[in-house]
Amino acid sequence: MFLFATRRLFQALPILLGVSLVVFGLLQIVPGNPIDLLLPPEASPDMIAQMKAEFGFDKPLYIQYFNWLLRALSGNFGNSIFSGQPVNAEVAVALKNTLYLALPAAVLGFSLGILLGMLAAFNSGHWLDKLFSALAIAGVSLPHYWFAIIMVVIFSVTLNVLPAQGMGEGSLAEQIPFLILPVITLSLIPMGVVARLVRATVLDIRSQDFVGALEAKGLGKRRILYHVAKNAAPPVLAIMGLQFGYLLGGSILVETVFNWPGSGNLLNLAIFRRDIPVLQGTILVLAFFFVLLNLAVDIAQAMIDPRIRR
Amino acid sequence: MSRFTKFAFVAALAAVGLGLSGPSVQAQTLRIAMTASDIPTVGGIPDNGSEGYRFTGFPVYDALVNWDFSKTDQPADLTPGLATEWKADPEEPRKWIFKLRKGVKFHDGTDFTADAAMWNFDRIFNDKAANYDSAQAAIVRVSLPMLEKYEKLDDDTLVLWTKKPFSPFPYLITRVLFVSPTQFAKVGGKWVDFGKQPAGTGPFKVTKVTQRVSIEMARNEDYWDKARVPKLEKLVLVPMPEATTRLAALRSGQVDWIEVPPPDAIPSLKSAGFQISLKPYPHLWPWVLSVADNSPFKDKRVRQALNYAIDRDGLVALLNGTAKPATGFYDPTYPAFGKPKTTYNFDPAKAKALLKEAGFGPDKPVKAKIMISTSGSGQMMPIPMNEFLQQNLKEAGFDIEYNVVDWGTMLVAFRNPPTAAMSQGSHAVNISLPFSDPTNIYRFFHSSAMPPNGSNWGVTNDPIVDKALDEAFNTFDPAKRDELLGKANAQIVDEAYWLFIVHDLNPRAMTAKVKGFVPAQSWFQDLTQVTVVK
Repeated sequence: MFLFATRRLFQALPILLGVSLVVFGLLQIVPGNPIDLLLPPEASPDMIAQMKAEFGFDKPLYIQYFNWLLRALSGNFGNSIFSGQPVNAEVAVALKNTLYLALPAAVLGFSLGILLGMLAAFNSGHWLDKLFSALAIAGVSLPHYWFAIIMVVIFSVTLNVLPAQGMGEGSLAEQIPFLILPVITLSLIPMGVVARLVRATVLDIRSQDFVGALEAKGLGKRRILYHVAKNAAPPVLAIMGLQFGYLLGGSILVETVFNWPGSGNLLNLAIFRRDIPVLQGTILVLAFFFVLLNLAVDIAQAMIDPRIRR
Repeated sequence: MSRFTKFAFVAALAAVGLGLSGPSVQAQTLRIAMTASDIPTVGGIPDNGSEGYRFTGFPVYDALVNWDFSKTDQPADLTPGLATEWKADPEEPRKWIFKLRKGVKFHDGTDFTADAAMWNFDRIFNDKAANYDSAQAAIVRVSLPMLEKYEKLDDDTLVLWTKKPFSPFPYLITRVLFVSPTQFAKVGGKWVDFGKQPAGTGPFKVTKVTQRVSIEMARNEDYWDKARVPKLEKLVLVPMPEATTRLAALRSGQVDWIEVPPPDAIPSLKSAGFQISLKPYPHLWPWVLSVADNSPFKDKRVRQALNYAIDRDGLVALLNGTAKPATGFYDPTYPAFGKPKTTYNFDPAKAKALLKEAGFGPDKPVKAKIMISTSGSGQMMPIPMNEFLQQNLKEAGFDIEYNVVDWGTMLVAFRNPPTAAMSQGSHAVNISLPFSDPTNIYRFFHSSAMPPNGSNWGVTNDPIVDKALDEAFNTFDPAKRDELLGKANAQIVDEAYWLFIVHDLNPRAMTAKVKGFVPAQSWFQDLTQVTVVK
């Protein structure tokens, strides 16, 4: 198992290198660079050129990239062009803020998704099945920024019981009200995706011969459910890993509506300001987490299903 | 009731209770939602354009010459700041003498002196100095390319030299804000760290800076201008780029004041008892027309037809009255508007006649590509506003194609000639522009200010405009200068160099508890007189 994990971690290196190259390349295609946006519209070309030289943007692209890569390898992603703050610190704060949302949203979304999916599958054809499936489809298809605005209108503006934006400050208890609306909004998609997959997988497994055999053997309902769940777990785990990765990336739309200073918000800001160091740093860290998550999922799958280990 | 439902019920109640106690309101605290997507830099050189100077510039710092917010019935002008008086030497008009104010203290308790002032000039203009702020200095230098050198004459006097006689110089020196050298040394001599614990001389002291979240300020009891010691105890500034989020934050009581509410929310805000503040300020939302050879707007008749073809009043109605029609670079109430011969009203018949004269007609519409942005500083609501204009113009015989770009792409285009690749073949750029001081008009219309030397993107080259502007900058009598600027504006209007559309009215919305705010006709505002009643 250890060998398996180490091998997978090393496989991540070319992935991260590729990601950094693609990000760097894409940034060169978009017109404008951070200096163009930092300076007021009336900035003269001389001044822009001077500033670009100070930040090293006048060097050939491959040199800019390698300079960045060398520093990144030592764990230093440089400073934001705009705030001057170290990228490491900015990314750490943003990721922490996003985790506040992503963890509860994942717990809520996954547990509701599994519950709805199971209930739908075990009541296949029944009106309950139709209801839960409809809920799942709604979760996947509702535009969640729209859902967020509706929630804000109801709970913040009309009833005035929950804050409309921001993440509050102080103790966790004081921050909880700020979490409720964004967490519910964010949990919608994972809930829908997981519910649909669980339903389909469980239905498929239930129709397999071994389940019939177990029933014929006179095994209790709970024991059968256990066997079905164990067989349905690997694909569901894989999807949950991916969904949690998306949540960590921070939904740009949801974080914008709720003015939440997380990783989606940071990415959005960095894209519009062409803040190359922040953009590179954030995306690379997120990519790394994605790889880690997939690894965790693979390990979990291997533990559940010995066939995968072979 | 099962255990689970009981638990859920209690949890829900707890959440609701916490929510009610969450956004508590402190006495004499004003919470403002800005439109910026991040907090503007706080260390004395604000980024984020005018909004930066409005909130983290002038409240925290003084310049030698400050903006005067006290006469709100006219465009804001200048007032003594850290200099008590200033004048250009009549013998040598390049030499400006500033007498420094005595007894001013920085927020850290140290004195503002001539040496501190020189040190601050070094921060921006001396790239050899130890305190040179390489990352930020250019933001200020951009406005002061005419500054040649600066000298300390004695402990009370500073002398600044311009490269050539330049009468509007005091307007631009408002960009240089003064920070405490002692505080800079105390935080370890790094500007990034100074930005977290800054010290200026202004009416508000910065108490807390949280990147992307908020800036908190407190009253500076010892402010040198006793009339402008803030009435507020605390000021909290929150970046909130999304208009609907700002609106929800105001309506749910999380903030007391929002910049730029969405125009369609204004009637409902008014009926719910919120105050709407509207005031003209030096802002124009135009199409900057290219008169280059490849542009249909090279022909004066086409430019004039464009100006006659749009329904400005209709557009203002669409914006719920948050703007006023524009008929020139300056607003007609502005001292430098001058006496143009032409007034552009909504006259589609005249527009069609002019187009016919220029060789266009129903079978041969004027085809033009206009660069517009999705958002940006002062850009108002570019998409719906331009859609409205497109419809107007179609009826008059224009076939307008929009090239929608983000703000950064537009800035890059605007710094290059209209024929350059960065301008993407556009014949006009819809970029909002200020006329806060006499130098703006020069930068946009003087033939020597064509890119890359200035912001005359439209490449207008008009000897009458050039002559009036050159004379204006050599004239040290303000009335005479306004007359000359008026001459330039009149020519710009008569030649229809731009499509003049609307002036923004700087909308803000605030709760009924906010008192004492009288908006100045300026991009910047005075928050010292504001109170928040319980």
